[in-house]
Amino acid sequence: MSPHDLFTGALTVINVGLEAFAETLDREGVAVVSLDWHPPAGGNPEMIRLLERVQELESDGAD
Amino acid sequence: MGRIDIRAANVECFRRITTGQPLLLDVRPAGEVLANWPADTFLHAGPPIAWDQMCSPLQGAILGALRYEGMVQTDHEGLEMIQRGCLRFGPNHRFGAVGPMTGITTPSMPVFVVENATFGNRAYCTINEGIGKVMRFGANDETVIERLRWIERTLAPALGGAILERVEPINLRVIMAQALLMGDEMHQRNVAATSLFLRALMPALVRQRLDPKALGEVTDFLTGNDQFFLNLAMAAAKAILDPATGVPGSTLVTAMARNGSEFGIRVSGLDDHWFTAPVGNPEGLYFPGYGPEDANPDIGDSAIIETTGLGGFAMITSPPVARFVGAGNLEDARRFTLEMSEITEGPHPAWQLPNLDYQGTPTGIDIRKVVETGILPVINTGIAHRQAGMGQVGAGVVRAPLGCFEKALAAYVARYAA
Repeated sequence: MSPHDLFTGALTVINVGLEAFAETLDREGVAVVSLDWHPPAGGNPEMIRLLERVQELESDGAD
Repeated sequence: MGRIDIRAANVECFRRITTGQPLLLDVRPAGEVLANWPADTFLHAGPPIAWDQMCSPLQGAILGALRYEGMVQTDHEGLEMIQRGCLRFGPNHRFGAVGPMTGITTPSMPVFVVENATFGNRAYCTINEGIGKVMRFGANDETVIERLRWIERTLAPALGGAILERVEPINLRVIMAQALLMGDEMHQRNVAATSLFLRALMPALVRQRLDPKALGEVTDFLTGNDQFFLNLAMAAAKAILDPATGVPGSTLVTAMARNGSEFGIRVSGLDDHWFTAPVGNPEGLYFPGYGPEDANPDIGDSAIIETTGLGGFAMITSPPVARFVGAGNLEDARRFTLEMSEITEGPHPAWQLPNLDYQGTPTGIDIRKVVETGILPVINTGIAHRQAGMGQVGAGVVRAPLGCFEKALAAYVARYAA
């Protein structure tokens, strides 16, 4: 796909991010699929650290 | 580093959970069969809790149980006894037992004796009292005490005799598998399981040669309570989950329970330690004349049902329950079960969900997945009035608090990555 096609052909958009971005496109009649994504552990840095620590244990154990 | 293979540990824990064969062996007084139970201790639902921290229905049930046991004549005497420190309290789980709502277990109360034939352990649960004003919802007037005495003196011996008369014990896992196919999720809907259980038991029951009045009372009671099987399902779930405790390195949950103030979980690789957080209030539907302002916070050992992958986890099999507990329509029920699939180890090989193309029930809650996704275990539950003596006022859905899982994860890292 060339950049030109973006403005001439039909678009199907995958939205990664705020739902509002998808709603705007939807109102314009653009086909849009929203990825259901949230930061791990709700973005809690302490929990992310703990999860990473457990993941390290797991990969070590699988060796 | 390289200390533990979490994946293998969870596979082993899952294997233990899904291969349990809970058989109903007998009905006996709790004081005869619960091991190492101190005589001055009453048992309650959920993690340990002191008298002063207990909610009103739990305190009310304990005062009623003191009168039931003949230890006091009035609630005033009961309060004095407690304030003198003459009565202690402990969680059912510590003694291999579970109890719905307030979960009060005292020595004279008959309990179902369930043995997990695969692993040889036993679990216990009191007999369901029926609906309305009952001790498990904090009611404690004379009608409640009289019913408990009738259960002890008439119902329990009849049930025990019938169970022993059968050539083979009743396999509760098989009944639960069949009931799932018939629309029960085994927490707020047990009508199919109760019917299947009674079909298995009734021939032996009528051979007990009870006098006609007693046989009439027993059959009226059994056939008039659609939730009768709940306590059997709870004992079965406890018998299934206990052998899954203590798998080194496993991150799977082996118990969830509430005492009306705190929600507690246990994790296989962290043994019997409780990880607690303040309990939430159920959202649901209320009986006429009651509303959310009347509701007690979530209470009961019955979340053992969800811990084994049934109840709210199996919501898709039981659309009427989704409606009854105010959780919405068929699509909402499906969403609940699919959500629970994201935080569990895998589908149960024998407990199938016909409305989900016979996929197995989502089994083995993983604390890592709960913390990472923020998806909290969903529990179908009865709602008790917040004042002692009132009983049940509704039914609803509640989520386990995230704090339990965060604390458990921190403890896991402290233990295994130190």
